[in-house]
Amino acid sequence: MAGTTAEYIQHHLTNLTFGQLPDGTWAFAKSAEEAASMGFMSINVDSMGWSIGLGLVFCFLFRKAAVSATSGIPGGLQNGVEMIVEFIDETTQSIFEAKNALIAPLALTIFIWVFLMNLMDLIPVDWIPELAFLLGVPYMKIVPTTDPNITMAMAFTVFALILYYSIKCKGGLGFLKELSFHPFPPYLAPINFILEGVTLIAKPLSLGLRLFGNLYAGEMIFILIALMFGGGIIWFLFGGVLQWAWAVFHVLIITLQAFIFAVLTIVYLAQAHEVEEH
Amino acid sequence: MNIGLTLLGQSLTFIVFVWFCMKFIWPPIVTAMRERQEAIAAGLRASEEADKKLADAASGAEAELERAKEEAAAIIDQARNRANQMIEEAKNDARVEGERLIESAKAEIEQEVNRAKETLRGQVATLVINGAEQVLESSVDAGKHNDMLNRLAAEL
Repeated sequence: MAGTTAEYIQHHLTNLTFGQLPDGTWAFAKSAEEAASMGFMSINVDSMGWSIGLGLVFCFLFRKAAVSATSGIPGGLQNGVEMIVEFIDETTQSIFEAKNALIAPLALTIFIWVFLMNLMDLIPVDWIPELAFLLGVPYMKIVPTTDPNITMAMAFTVFALILYYSIKCKGGLGFLKELSFHPFPPYLAPINFILEGVTLIAKPLSLGLRLFGNLYAGEMIFILIALMFGGGIIWFLFGGVLQWAWAVFHVLIITLQAFIFAVLTIVYLAQAHEVEEH
Repeated sequence: MNIGLTLLGQSLTFIVFVWFCMKFIWPPIVTAMRERQEAIAAGLRASEEADKKLADAASGAEAELERAKEEAAAIIDQARNRANQMIEEAKNDARVEGERLIESAKAEIEQEVNRAKETLRGQVATLVINGAEQVLESSVDAGKHNDMLNRLAAEL
């Protein structure tokens, strides 16, 4: 575990990857290079594990509140859950005007799940990787949202919904028209199509990469701060103060990023439902 | 950090969680919230109604009290009048009775006086005759002088 600074950082940024090695066998990658050589046929076990685990935490907590939900006097858990649900419900209703029973639960799932995944960033960067290392697991990244696979997967799923509802609400032709007859007059359709196409593609990319970028950068700063702890008492104290300050600031970021992801999803889907007159 | 099967895995996971949320989490919570909202609204309405009823009852009770007071005052007035009247009547009766008693007493006294006068007259006549007989030393013819004596007696 100990090594140069570069090795330390590298270690913290490497996923626990299970995949197909170039020689055709399936195994856990023992180094970042080995993981890279696996190409697409690899799965980041730590990202998947933590994300599924946190998703289950969300489902368990909210299901528990839902099962015991009463229209009488709510308990503590129900109160908290209802506050979040009401918040998401109001946000959805203020943005999304069409009727669709999927949108609000989708936004709720995104908000809470992404928030929980981001929350892992506040656990001191060395705790769980060290623990895993002691247990014989070489790599362990515990913040799933610092893995672009995770954020892009969610963004592409939302993108698929955007395409589905665009075509469903406007018809295939209507959707094409919307892409082609804007912003210039119809005789410039090809240019319009390229412009609108870029706008469309930019949606999932911005959605996924924004979340990934924010969390990856935040994680990186935590790692750099963690490096200070090895530099003597002065650096240790300074690092401690910095870590605390950045964590406080990060509480804002992780909540905000989760909210932005959820709200943008609602906005994009609202746009997909809008049938414009041309 | 290469793109791999994680992408597909996470997409599937995402879909499953959203489905779960949509089926088993969202509806019961939102239903409970709506129901509570309605219950609270109904409760507020009911309490407003009860307030109004209470105010109505209070004003009704006040009116009733006012009426009872008036009635009581009327009864007291009546009673006082009646009492006065009875006292008046009693006074009148007493006066009449008193006058009557005085009248009868006067009549009786007069009768008594008359009777005493009669007796006295008789006795005086006898006395006078006896006296005159003794003065004259002779008997007086009672028959002769009776008229004169009776006249004397009547003059007494």
